Amino acid sequence: MSTHLAKLPRLLAAALLLFFLLAAIAPNLLAPVDPLAIDPAAAFSAPGPGHLLGTDESGRDIYSRIIHGARSSLLIGAAATAIGLGLALVLGTLAGFGGRWLDFGVGRILEVLFALPGLLLALVFIALAGPGVTTTVIAVGLTWAPGYARMIRAQIIALRSSAMVEAATVLGRRRSRILLVHILPNALAPLAVLATLGLGQAILWAASLSFLGLGSPPPAPEWGTMLSAGRTYLSLAWWMTFFPGLAIVLVAAAATVLSRSMKAGGSR
Amino acid sequence: MSASEPLLRVKDLDVSFGGNSVVSGISFTVNPGECLALVGESGSGKSVTARSLLGLAGPGSHVRATALDVAGKDARNFSQRSWRSLRGKEVGFILQDALTSLDPLRTVGKEIDDALRLHSSGSGSQRAARVVELLEAVGLDDPLRRASQRSGELSGGMRQRALIASAIALDPLLIIADEPTTALDATIAASVMDLLGDLRRAGSGMLLISHDLATVASVADSIAVMAAGRIVERGTREQVLNSPQHPYTRALLAAAPAGKPRFTKLSPASTHPKPPPLQPEQATVHQGEEDGVVLPVLSARGLIKNFPLSKTENFRAVHNVNFDLLPGQTLGVVGESGSGKTTTARMALGLLRTDAGTVELLGGPWSQVPESARRNRRSSLGAVYQDPLSSFDPRHSAEAILADALSLGATRNPRAHRQQISELLSLVGLAPDMAQRRPATLSGGQRQRLAIARALAPKPKVLICDEPVSALDVSVQAQVLDLLDELQQRLGLSYLFISHDLAVIRHMSDHVLVMRAGEVVESGTTESVFTAPAHEYTRSLLAAAPPSLSSI
Repeated sequence: MSTHLAKLPRLLAAALLLFFLLAAIAPNLLAPVDPLAIDPAAAFSAPGPGHLLGTDESGRDIYSRIIHGARSSLLIGAAATAIGLGLALVLGTLAGFGGRWLDFGVGRILEVLFALPGLLLALVFIALAGPGVTTTVIAVGLTWAPGYARMIRAQIIALRSSAMVEAATVLGRRRSRILLVHILPNALAPLAVLATLGLGQAILWAASLSFLGLGSPPPAPEWGTMLSAGRTYLSLAWWMTFFPGLAIVLVAAAATVLSRSMKAGGSR
Repeated sequence: MSASEPLLRVKDLDVSFGGNSVVSGISFTVNPGECLALVGESGSGKSVTARSLLGLAGPGSHVRATALDVAGKDARNFSQRSWRSLRGKEVGFILQDALTSLDPLRTVGKEIDDALRLHSSGSGSQRAARVVELLEAVGLDDPLRRASQRSGELSGGMRQRALIASAIALDPLLIIADEPTTALDATIAASVMDLLGDLRRAGSGMLLISHDLATVASVADSIAVMAAGRIVERGTREQVLNSPQHPYTRALLAAAPAGKPRFTKLSPASTHPKPPPLQPEQATVHQGEEDGVVLPVLSARGLIKNFPLSKTENFRAVHNVNFDLLPGQTLGVVGESGSGKTTTARMALGLLRTDAGTVELLGGPWSQVPESARRNRRSSLGAVYQDPLSSFDPRHSAEAILADALSLGATRNPRAHRQQISELLSLVGLAPDMAQRRPATLSGGQRQRLAIARALAPKPKVLICDEPVSALDVSVQAQVLDLLDELQQRLGLSYLFISHDLAVIRHMSDHVLVMRAGEVVESGTTESVFTAPAHEYTRSLLAAAPPSLSSI
């Protein structure tokens, strides 16, 4: 049946995300091998029975490192999205509900943030605050905030003149209450879909920053860091770069597919 | 094809979508020069029927018939290609919404030229001449200029005429019109119906789809009434309108407010749950009475509102409007779209600042005070809108919406107001099990009842109703109008009732304001305005209204 076929990508995406979620919560369940255990004798082993996805230059198991790296990658993605949304909520609400001058002021700030390429903005922030996981998270969140803020502002402005808000005004409700009860929840609902989309993107960004050596420090199993380490040996051991890259792509793609189907479901 | 052969012969037509039958076993014929009207309420299957005749029933549809002859051809096993050669050339199709049917980026002339170019030859200049000829034939002034304009530059009536021009471009034998005038103002709708009547007299067969018996009455030779996918009654226009046999047809005719005196029940009593007995404290009608003088509950003096079009130009939305709404009475405001009715209502509700003039509510200042001063007095003024769904927060259930209104915004927990919520629901004729439903899952009529319940929750004295029944089917409209009548008598409410529909206004109002282009052109008691209109515009409005059905 065609309806079952249409559901297949969604099911696959959900299964993939569940798998990585499990990896993030209980990595030892899926990969009992220590991700940091060095075995120089087995360095650069190709994918095979001993090491499912091969080993790196120190003989560490790539599969185990990817599974153990899921936690930090997903956390970075979630935290960055949350920071981006939180900041956007404040800015968007100020612009959309705070009157003409605040709208003007916030609008110009957003334009400046938009003018800088996102990665550059993140780099500037990291250069100022120093590298590390926390900085990466904030940096990625910061680059995402302007886009979300614009959307929240647009939603609020549309809702502000809606019949629903008019009806609440006619019933004698205060502006603050209308904002909290009617406008914000309805403005955020479509954003939940977008946040899922952003989750995949944020993971990608965090990996990019780690790839540049600005995220988690090397021995830690982090997907972007692993990519970066494998790059040197690309011709010798392709699996060192390929599989962490695949993990990033799969999570980002799964999050995107799920968010799209949520959107399709929501706009019924 | 001989002249006596019917243009359209449909026998036992069934249309289903994924196992759900929407049209079952309907049969009819349309002969040359004949006009059949297919009348029914939303969901009756009339539009699906029309679309099936053009191979446009849509994805997932399953169309079956023992006979489906369109313009003399058996269309049962038509390919997409055969359908395309039929559409436009043999059958012209006119849709309700001319704005979305015309490409906004192309000129009207190009749109009409399309039909000519795809189906017939003829040089570019010949076709251009024909386009102008067609635009003239449908009664557009300055057809040369119109041909070079885009649909956005035309008014609703002009767009509908342009659409009709493209539908008749190839002199089709048969014209199918799906609600051709529903989106139009009364005066414009009347002229478009006249145009369709002319086309029929010129020899085209016509299938006219409408929800409104009164609209088709002037053009149709015969009428078929559809309900729930079946034709429940058919006959000549006179038969159906004067001696309806089927109870559904009778209910439809009874539901039309035209020509029915004030407070006459429009809907059969059985559909109306009996409300609880009248509470004595709510029966006091004359709140404003002082020394024998009845003071208005809502009054407006010299209301003016302009909207800036550009730095130098203003659009005069409302100009010098005065009115007094007396306690327990209904003031009807009637006018076509853009006449300033809604702007006036928004100023009366204190949602829009007045540029000049004042509104007073229950004898106190209203429009001139800040919102913080209005807020406490808002409970005495309620509002009911045309589209109730958009006025509800989609995330809240019916009982949460009522709890919020009852508690003046303190809580949405229905438990605190269980008793009052069930009283309100029964007051507006909603079953108790509707309480947990969200507005989106209610029918149009139920939503409007819920909106009325919410408006009544703070025990207002005045309700402002802006086109409260315009989006509803005739029989549902009748029920909601009856409900408003009944609530007014029981609770002593005063209504400012806005509608474009003269028949509704006449049925509901004690006094009437007729508005045009932001001004009140005539006001007075309902009887005097309707029986002896003083202003020319009022007379033209009355002339354009579909005739009251009982007079045919």
